Formats: sequence, C-alpha cells, structure tokens
Amino acid sequence: MRRIKASTILANIAAWIASLMILVPMIVVLLNSFKTQKESVIMDLSLPKKLMFENYGVVIERGKLLVSFMNSAIYACFSVILIVIGVAAASYVLSRNRSKLHKVIYYFMILGIAMPLNNVALMKIMKATSLINTRYGLIFLYTAINIPLALFLMFGFVETVPREIDEAAVIDGATSMSMFLKVILPLMKPVIVTVGILNFMSIWNDFSMPLYFMNNSGKWPMTLAVYNFFGQFEQSWNLVSADIVLTAFPVLMLFVFGQKYIVGGVSSGAVKG
Amino acid sequence: MKANKIYPTWFALGALVFYVVLFFLPGIMGIGYSFTDWNAYSLDVNIVGFENYKNIFQANSNYSIFIKNTFVFTLVSSITKTTLGVALALLLTNKKVWGKNVHRMLVFLPQVMSFLIIGLVFKNLFHPSRGFINVTLRMIGFDFLAQNWLGDLSFAFKSVLVVDAWKGTGYVMMVVIAGLNAISPTYYEAASIDGARFFEKFRYVTFPLLKPVLVSVTVLNITYGFRVFDLIYSLTNGGPGNATGVINTAVYSEFSKGNYAMGTTLSSLLFLFIMSISYFILRVMNKGGEVEQ
Repeated sequence: MRRIKASTILANIAAWIASLMILVPMIVVLLNSFKTQKESVIMDLSLPKKLMFENYGVVIERGKLLVSFMNSAIYACFSVILIVIGVAAASYVLSRNRSKLHKVIYYFMILGIAMPLNNVALMKIMKATSLINTRYGLIFLYTAINIPLALFLMFGFVETVPREIDEAAVIDGATSMSMFLKVILPLMKPVIVTVGILNFMSIWNDFSMPLYFMNNSGKWPMTLAVYNFFGQFEQSWNLVSADIVLTAFPVLMLFVFGQKYIVGGVSSGAVKG
Repeated sequence: MKANKIYPTWFALGALVFYVVLFFLPGIMGIGYSFTDWNAYSLDVNIVGFENYKNIFQANSNYSIFIKNTFVFTLVSSITKTTLGVALALLLTNKKVWGKNVHRMLVFLPQVMSFLIIGLVFKNLFHPSRGFINVTLRMIGFDFLAQNWLGDLSFAFKSVLVVDAWKGTGYVMMVVIAGLNAISPTYYEAASIDGARFFEKFRYVTFPLLKPVLVSVTVLNITYGFRVFDLIYSLTNGGPGNATGVINTAVYSEFSKGNYAMGTTLSSLLFLFIMSISYFILRVMNKGGEVEQ
C-alpha cells in the first residue's frame, strides 16, 4: 500500500469533525423520535430499545399535521407560482429594455434584498385590504417579500440569453406575448427551477409571517404548528422530535434532489452580486 | 424606440405591484407612523414628533440594549461565519480530502432547514439537565464544563451565536467554493514557479481574487444579522432578561403589546442602519476597483 502523508490524514480528520458537528444534532433528533417518552428524557446517542414508529402516528394526529402540511404546501406552491410568473415577465422586460425608467424600476425592486420588512405598518395594509388572517394574505405576502431576490437571479440569467433570438422571432412575426411564452420562457427553465426551489424552501421554513398575520390556528403552516406543539408537549421530547423530522422532511428531500439548482442559485447570487 | 413595443413595460407590473404594496409601502408608512403615538388602545393617532426616537436613545433604556445586541450579533456572527466558511472552503477544495462533495453537502445542510426547527433542536441539546451537550460532558467526566447554556446571562448570547454559526457557515463556504473554482489555476502555477508557498499563495493570489465574493458575503451576512429574528425568538425569545434581545424581537414584543408606534420606530431605525451600512460597505469596497453587480 502507498504511504499516506500525515497532512492528508489531518485534513481528512478536520473535514470529518466539521461534518460530524452538523450531523450529530440531527442524528440525536432522529434517534429520539423513535424512543419512548421515558427514554427520550435524557438526550443522548443511545439507540432506542424498540423503534416506536407509533410516535409518528401520534404526532400526525395530535399535532393536526395533515392540516398544517396542506397549509404549508398551499402557501409555498401558490406563492412560488406567482413569483415565477411575475418575476420571469418582469426580468425579461427589465433586462431587455434599458430605458432610464426600467433601470430605476429594477434597482428599486432589488433594494428589497437588503431592506427589512416593517411588519407593524404592514399590518395596517393587511387590515385595509382585508388580507389579514386569510390564506390569500399569506400567499401574497410571501410573493412580495421573495420578489427582489428572484428578480435579481432571473435578471442575471435573461441577460445571458442572446438578443438575436428575439430579433429572429420578431422577423418571424411573433407578438411580444408569444415571443415571451414560446421562445424566452422555455429557455429560462434552469433559472425558473432554481428560483422555484429556493423560494419554496424559504416559504416552507418561514414562521414569522404567520406569527404576525395569522391568528387562526387552522390555517397555520407546519413551522408554527410545531412551535405550538412544542409548547404543549415540552415533556414528550420524543414526540417533538418526530414532529421536527416530519416538518424538515419535505425540505430535505427537495435538497437531496435539487442540490445542483440550490447550490448553483445560492452561489450565483453572491458571486455575481 | 420600438423597444417599448417589443418589451412592454406592463410585463413588469405584476411583480412591481406586489412589491410596492406589501413591501415598500409598509416601509415608508412605517417611517411616517414612527412620529406618532399609534397604538392598539385608541383610535386617534396623534403626531408626537421625535418622542419615540428620544425614548429609544434615552440613557438606560431597554431599547439601547437591543440595538447594542443587534450590532454585536451582526459583527460577531459575520466574522465567525466568514472565517469558518473560508477555512472550510479551503479545506474542502483541497485534493487531499476524500469525498469532498459529501462533506460539502453535510456542512451546507442546515442552510435549508427552518430557523424555528433548528432553534427547537438546540433548545433541547442545550437543556441544562437532560440536553445532549451537558449529558455528554458529564459522561466523559467534564461536569464542571456543563452550563445552563441558554439560561445563564454570561452564556446565552454566545450560545445563540454558536447556533447561528452552525446554521450559516455552510452557506458562506458554498459561496466561497464557487469563488475559488472561478480562479484560474494558471495563477497558482505562476505563483508556484515564483516559489510561493501555501500562505503566500493565499495572501497574494486567493485573497485578492476572492475579494469581490467576500464583499457580497459580508453584505449578505450584515443584512441578515441586523434582521435576525426567527433564531432568537425560538431559542431564547430574547431572554434571559434582555440578554439576547435584538431589534426585531423587540419589534415583535411591542407589536404584541399593541404598542405599534414603538414597533414601527424600531423597524424604521433598522431600515436606516441597514441601508447606510450597506451603502457604506459598497462605497468603500468599490474604491478598491472591482465589484459592481
């Protein structure tokens, strides 16, 4: 066997330490979700004596997880659809037509990436538009707050689509609408997937919007439902763990299957930035 | 120009309307309301001038603690995550490490999870009597190191920062890796020929070429740090006392008390801080030459 240098071993040990720091808390939660209430009182890496799959059933029933799962799915899906449609169209026009007005609109909207949202004054608007405590309200809100970053990413992408394509389409007699829908939109597919996944995750993970603007627990998303569940069952950490696993599961799946798009989107945002 | 005909402005209208009504307008209205006594208990809204701002900056007010905490959190969290993130990026682009992609994905993983979930997880890991951290410390005989991590005044803030780094370092690492991969290997070859060693290569090749990436990372970290809410709300809710309270947790508590004017004043201050600091950073960094979208 070839000799391995000490520095190689050290580098690998360092990498594993970093990975284990991330993994161990997750494993502890996963193990705990299969323990009995008594076993889960002390949190450690010991294996459950018997796998309590029924914990999951109990959580789904008592935590009303099906309802909150549907709520989260509704908020995330509909907001993502609105964001993708609205921002794809906007990014196309704003990047192609470089008049002063369009530049101002672009920078004005990009400002939102850094700007904090004023939730208190927003409540006034939510009340005035009767959007407060409604599903529409949350969907529209999520759309609004995710537009700036989505626009930034899509704008950067459309710029790389050659203008000659538009000219050819115009010569062929395409209207602006058909050119956008039939020519540009299909070309934007990679960035649409990236923006879609990133926004789906951030909406799924959010809990401050419903905390402020949704006092009807029947319309709570999963995050807020878990928080509430934790308050009620603080002593049953096995159940809370199961609830946490279920809430994180959809996002983790999305991460496993969409990591190429996620990492690409995340880094292009900052590298171009 | 026929550009307006081919690229009709109304295509941008949908996104613009959502953004203006539900994002920009509240910001502007909020600044207006910060000069009033708007609250949940009376229908009248009276103009009070700078009264709310005076209350915030008055000596010994709780609000000044929140503002100080916000700045400290932002500073320490940005520095920690950037340092660790760059170190990990260098480690996980090194050819000596096996299975680099697995490590990268694991370190990045917390980034896709909800702050609320992570907050709850660590609240339990940090539990003084039955949490994983103290249980493990006791098991290996380091009882004296076991602390009340989130309940003790001298540890709570540090614990929050640890959790924040746990979640956020992977993001910085990924971005820096993308930046490192964009550096052409010819620079390193040239440096090697000139006899540069590891640290010289980092100092004279990697660092200067990575600067634009580090600037964006810093701006993102700072705007995140100032706006932090979810993590602190779920870990400590600002406690013990006001030890971990930041501007956005204070905004929420004023909001739930019905003290709207103070909530919107704090929020407007946050707006002012973030805008001026981002502007300042971009200004200073741009003087160096590069960066600009």
